[in-house]
This record gives sequence, structure tokens and C-alpha cells, in this order.
Amino acid sequence: MNLTLKVWRQKNSQTPGKFVTYKAEEISPDMSFLEMLDVVNEKLVKTQEDPIQFDHDCREGICGMCSLMINGEPHGPKRATTTCQLHMRSFKDGETIVIEPWRAAAFPVVKDLAVDRSAFDRIQQAGGYVSVGTGGVPDANEILIPKTIADEAFNSATCIGCGACVAACKNASAMLFVSAKVSQYAMLPQGQTERYERAKAMVNQMDDEGFGSCTNTYACEAQCPKEIKVTNIARMNREYFNAEFIKG
Amino acid sequence: MSNFSKTFSSTLGKKLIMCLTGLFLCSFLIIHLIGNFQLFKDDAGLAFNEYAYFMTNFAPIKVVSYLLYLSILVHTIWAIILTQKNKAARPVPYAKKAGNGSIWSSRNMGILGTMIFIFIVVHMSNFWYNYHWGTTPYIEYRTDLNTGITQVKELTEAEFTGHVSYVENGVQIIKAKDLYKAVAFSFQQLWIVALYVVAMAALAFHLLHGFQSAFQTLGWNHSKYRPLINFLGVWVFSVLVPIGFAAMPLYFFFK
Repeated sequence: MNLTLKVWRQKNSQTPGKFVTYKAEEISPDMSFLEMLDVVNEKLVKTQEDPIQFDHDCREGICGMCSLMINGEPHGPKRATTTCQLHMRSFKDGETIVIEPWRAAAFPVVKDLAVDRSAFDRIQQAGGYVSVGTGGVPDANEILIPKTIADEAFNSATCIGCGACVAACKNASAMLFVSAKVSQYAMLPQGQTERYERAKAMVNQMDDEGFGSCTNTYACEAQCPKEIKVTNIARMNREYFNAEFIKG
Repeated sequence: MSNFSKTFSSTLGKKLIMCLTGLFLCSFLIIHLIGNFQLFKDDAGLAFNEYAYFMTNFAPIKVVSYLLYLSILVHTIWAIILTQKNKAARPVPYAKKAGNGSIWSSRNMGILGTMIFIFIVVHMSNFWYNYHWGTTPYIEYRTDLNTGITQVKELTEAEFTGHVSYVENGVQIIKAKDLYKAVAFSFQQLWIVALYVVAMAALAFHLLHGFQSAFQTLGWNHSKYRPLINFLGVWVFSVLVPIGFAAMPLYFFFK
């Protein structure tokens, strides 16, 4: 396959960026999108040019490091798929592909396509944890949890924190991410100790980071590579209002 | 900042304000629609004018009406505040945009809301302002209680001494401000009818997203209730209510 790439190049967060056009030639349809970028980068290195910076790590769709706005869609055109698991057979030979970084005030560009997502880390640190006893090792499965609840909490916990929800949202809102993290603990007995403090702390941190607010367009749910549901956002709202008006 | 104002200044708090004022305005729409169905009565406006008098003079309803005006303003102002914040959250736009699984109305609530706000300003200055402080025609109804036949007479401003309703020699006499006539007159003008119909279309799309969205914000998104909320949002608030309201100017225009 031969493709034309329009890639956002930006030296650092201080310098304004611009689109640069590259040719991606002799690309196998079985390559992943990141492997295609590797091929382009190898060529750039050979010609002494600065390779395109992009985030990646496990390349198995579970670490949440890869990102990229591909033709206006976070993680590209395939549903429930991260960029590393997106294959070039999803594109047509000769196609022009526009590649941009996540755009959000809370996700400043580090370089080219890599953005600083440490805002998510700070939200997690604000309340995304549970207290544990420091005594002896407890027996496994000592606390009984109904299967349906365990499944539901696990579904929320599958959020990999990639930031596609922020990228997809017209308001750059982080509510799908934050709500998944609030939900996974709120549903389980282990998460009850900090339940209401957690909702307040994580929502406040989310606001401080400068994310927008949710207008319930549900674009995040449609674009989430892990198919996190917007019912989590409703649950987060319940947790927060409960914390503020009833339990607080 | 006190705890209370801190809660309401968070994004979720601001959204809660949007949601509660929005739902209150939705409940008003239902009452307003049912009351205004009296415009379709062929009684020279007797029922409608009596209703208008009751709605503007019964104390508890007056209190609710001031709450309503406040809700309209708060809903509008908070929408502007939230939109500014949301715009600031993405200073650099995307060069390429694609369909992202959201419906059109959910992305254009601001435009739809602005259309509705303009409508409310015209609507209230047309009827609400004129009824209270402007010029409204006056009317007298004389209903013979034995035969049930009503005679109607237009009153001049000098002849009208205030809203009265009494029985004299078996005849019920009602003197009232004739809002019905003002409505009928306004709805003969094409531009007003067109504005009303367009505004009701905007209302339909605004509520198509807004009604169900309010419940999501409240945290009431449950597989058990969701179908009912969606049904009400689509069929009652974005179909029945706007069509019901749009039918009024159309009825008078083509009458």
C-alpha cells in the first residue's frame, strides 16, 4: 500500500506546530498503524531527519499509551480498537491520512503527536485508590461479591486511561475516564471506605486540570477503545451529589 | 467559599443547575400547553381570558411564575458560562473532523437554545408585557344563565374598571382583558406565525437531547427507567409538546 500522511509536527509545547506531508510507501496491509509509522520514521532517520514522536508501549491494546487522532477519530476508524491494534487493511491504498495529537488544554503537546496525559495521573492520585490493612495476608475471596457486580466493576476497570474520551468530546471533558475510575471502586466492598471522599476529590481534581464539562453527547462512549459506558458518568454524578448533599 | 457555593461551582454542580432549571421549564411547558388548549374553544375567548386572569392573579401561581422567569435566566446564563469553559478546554481545534456517534441536537444545544431565547423575548413582549402594562383590548361577556347564550361586547378603556365576574338578574357578567383577541390578532401576521413554528422546531430538537440528558446528569441512568425517559423525551417533549404549541398560531392563521 502507498499512503499520504499529513502529520502534525511540533517541536515542543512552546513552539507552534504545523502539518507536514509524508509518503508512506510499500506498507503491508497487515501492519499495525504504529508499525506503519515505524517504517516512515526509519526512513526519516536514514535521511537525518527528526523522526515523528508518538506514544506507544505494549502494542497489545492494554497499556493505554498509544493515542492519535486519525482522520478525525481517536484511535482511528475501527470501533473498540486502540491505534496499536488498528491494521492498515482498515485503509484504502492511496488514501490520505490526517494524524493529529489529542487536543485539550489539559493535554499539552510534548512533541509532535505525543501529549502530556499526567493530568489523568493526578486525578487518580486524588482518589483512585483503596485503603488496605497492613496486617497478615488475607485469604483469597474472603469478601463475597455477587458475580453481576464483580462483572460491572470489572467493565469499568477495563478503562486504560488513554484519553480517547477527552479527544472525542467536543468539550474535551474527562468525565468518562473519571467516572470509570470512580465506578470501579464505588461498586465493590473494598472501595467503600473512601467512597464519597473519592468522588469529591477526583471531580475537583478533574476541574482543576481544566477539562471541559459533559454535555451528554456520548461521543466518548462511541469512540472508547474499551467500550466504557456512559452509565458510569451517571453513577459518578450520583456518587458526587450524594457526597456533596447527603453523605458529606 | 462556602461548601454550598463550592459544590455548585464545580462542573457537576453547574450541570446540576442546568438540569434542574431545564426540568422545571419542561414541567412548565406541559402546564402552559394544557392551559392554552382553551384557545381552540369557540367561545370568543371566555374560557381563555378567565384562565389568563387566574394565572396572573392567583398568588401561588405568581410565585411559581417568578421562579420560572428566574429559571429561564439562570438556564441561559449558566449555559453561557459552561460553553465558555468548554471552549477553553480545547484551545486548538482539530483540522479534520469525523462523525463521532453523537446526535446533531446534542452538539448544537447552544444554537437551539439561542433560537428559543429569542422566541421567548418576542413571545413575552407580545403577550405577557402587553397584558400587564401595555395595550390590550377589553371585552364584556353576558351569559344568560337560563338559556346559556353568551353575548359579547367590546369595551373601551374608559368602560373597563377592572376584572369583574358577577350575576345580575340571571345574567352572568364578566368584564376582562381580551388576551384572546390579542392572540388572534398576532397570529394573523405571517412573520409571527413563522417565528413560532421555527422556534417550536428548535424546541423539539432542544428537548430531544435535553430531556433525557437531564436524567443522565442527575445520575438517573438505569436500564429499568431509561426506556421510559427516552420515550417521554422523544414522544411527549420533542413531538407532542412542540406540535401542540405550533398548532396554535397555525390554527388562528388559517381560521
